[in-house]
Amino acid sequence: MTDKVLTANRLSDGIAVWLDAAGHWTENLQDALVARHAEAAASLEAIGKRDFADNKVVDVAVIDVEETNGVLWPTRLRERIRAAGPTMNYASGYGKADAAFIAV
Amino acid sequence: MYRYDEFDHAFVSSRVEQFRDQVERRLSGELAEDAFKPLRLMNGVYLQLHAYMLRVAIPYGTLNSRQMRMLAHIARKYDRGYGHFTTRQNIQYNWPKLSDTPDILAELASVEMHALQTSGNCIRNVTADHFAGAAADEVADPRPYAEILRQWSSVHPEFSFLPRKFKIAVTGAERDRAAIQVHDIGLHLKKNEKGEIGFAVYVGGGQGRTPLIAKKIKDFLPERDLLSYITAIMRVYNLHGRRDNKYKARIKILVHETGVEELTRQVEEEFSHLQESELKLPEADVAAITAYFAPPALPNRGEGWAQLAGWKKQDEAFARWVNQNVQPHKHPDYGMVTISLKPIGGIPGDASDVQMDVIADLAEEFAHDEIRISHEQNVIFPHVALADLEPLYRALTAHGLETANSNLITDIIACPGLDYCALANARSIPVAQEISSRFGAPERQAEIGELKIKISGCINACGHHHVGHIGLLGVEKKGAELYQITLGGSGDEHTSIGEIIGRGFEPAKVTDAIETIVDTYLGLRTGKEETFLAAYRRVGPQPFKDALYGEAKAEAA
Repeated sequence: MTDKVLTANRLSDGIAVWLDAAGHWTENLQDALVARHAEAAASLEAIGKRDFADNKVVDVAVIDVEETNGVLWPTRLRERIRAAGPTMNYASGYGKADAAFIAV
Repeated sequence: MYRYDEFDHAFVSSRVEQFRDQVERRLSGELAEDAFKPLRLMNGVYLQLHAYMLRVAIPYGTLNSRQMRMLAHIARKYDRGYGHFTTRQNIQYNWPKLSDTPDILAELASVEMHALQTSGNCIRNVTADHFAGAAADEVADPRPYAEILRQWSSVHPEFSFLPRKFKIAVTGAERDRAAIQVHDIGLHLKKNEKGEIGFAVYVGGGQGRTPLIAKKIKDFLPERDLLSYITAIMRVYNLHGRRDNKYKARIKILVHETGVEELTRQVEEEFSHLQESELKLPEADVAAITAYFAPPALPNRGEGWAQLAGWKKQDEAFARWVNQNVQPHKHPDYGMVTISLKPIGGIPGDASDVQMDVIADLAEEFAHDEIRISHEQNVIFPHVALADLEPLYRALTAHGLETANSNLITDIIACPGLDYCALANARSIPVAQEISSRFGAPERQAEIGELKIKISGCINACGHHHVGHIGLLGVEKKGAELYQITLGGSGDEHTSIGEIIGRGFEPAKVTDAIETIVDTYLGLRTGKEETFLAAYRRVGPQPFKDALYGEAKAEAA
């Protein structure tokens, strides 16, 4: 099974978040809890449904990731951009996504 | 410009308070997402990849300096210091907190702005020619009619739950700068032989996954019948538009499937019941709304002619800017100025809070406090004396707003794409940036001449790629971005949908492909006066296919 993490957007401000091992929603994908087998993935889905129902997060999804040298790397470009932010310099004081992370 | 009356103020304020209550109930858990989502969308609040997005309406793209300053203030206080002007003449903020949105809407209401009907299956912001009220070729100012339509369509009980969203555009000139033929309804203001004002009515245009050019169903609709005839169209659409399939729900599909003759018959039948109803526009009401849009008093400033000639002689960059970004005004001592939001290598349509404040200040100082947003994602000062062009240019230069590229290859339309948008399949902005950087040299752009590149990151076509002279559509193929190129599109009075030229290009090869297309054009044009579009219409796709793919490969493609 492909490794999976649980992602969503926080209800109050919409910021992209991932579920960590302590059950908290973190803004850093690299802190996410990785599900490596079907039961763990099912557990992520259940937590996602619960926290959606509890009005903590919206747009919940379980997504595929690969772990290489300790770095979690979403399979889909969309999810890499969600994790790293826009890929260009878009605002003063906010950096652009790391090109190596975004690249296929 | 239009000023809110007591009704408008009360209406918008009550909507803000209603939404404040809805947001509070959502955050407290009283309202579930399924119940809340349509409510937030009705107030322009989307959820995108990184955060919420707020789309604020700029009716027919017209605003004043006070309103522009408020847009800057919101960018600074509630967002990350910038906003994105869109192809719908609106502005989008990419990072507002849901919890802040009621306060943002309240601040907007204080300057007579709102985010109503910037989403949902309703009649959206009515768009108009960005040179309205100033263009030398204009029959009449389209904005009073756009405002009448805005008032009529705001929370219209019959048309708040249409099969799909509905977009109306109005132009007041033969030269269509509002792309009316790719809107659900396009209105072309004209005069009949008696000198009376009316409209040619186009229906069923649109881009998206099924691009279709609107059909003219009325050659001359008298002014008084505007609302009754539009209501008739809306009723036919509301009744027969498909609700079973989101992708076939726009009126363009209804027109296509019903046939224009039958659809026109249905509209005329409905119209016959409505023509003498309360929807008939009283002349006094039209006059009252029109009065709001009276042009500013423009004193003669004849001294500008000689000054301008002198300045142009002294400063090549200024001369280039005037030649490219200043259009003739109906008053000979004035010009219509395009302030480009397409800096070379920059993000199309983005403006920082500081730039928005500067634009507001300069509009007050040099432009009679009138600002427009064009659907091509630029800012327009419609009334600037020739005598003020040089100081205006100097002030713009200090803030990176002096790019002399209106209608040139670097004046690229691009949607937010996969850098922001939850619907996107591919990025648009970085592609635009790379093309802009490649062709950024002023001499090269001037040599190429008028060339409109439009980029969309998905089939929904917010970047208008179907009507780009060169269109780029980003798709996802095997998990990677791929860009399909279309050629020969146009969104003016001779609207055409671009043709797919062949197989798509990977991100790293797109700019090279554009360069090949441009070089092919330069090699085959009859002279500099033959634009890219004219040349393409003359020779067709084959020379471009040959250049891009080689003859044998082109046949296979």
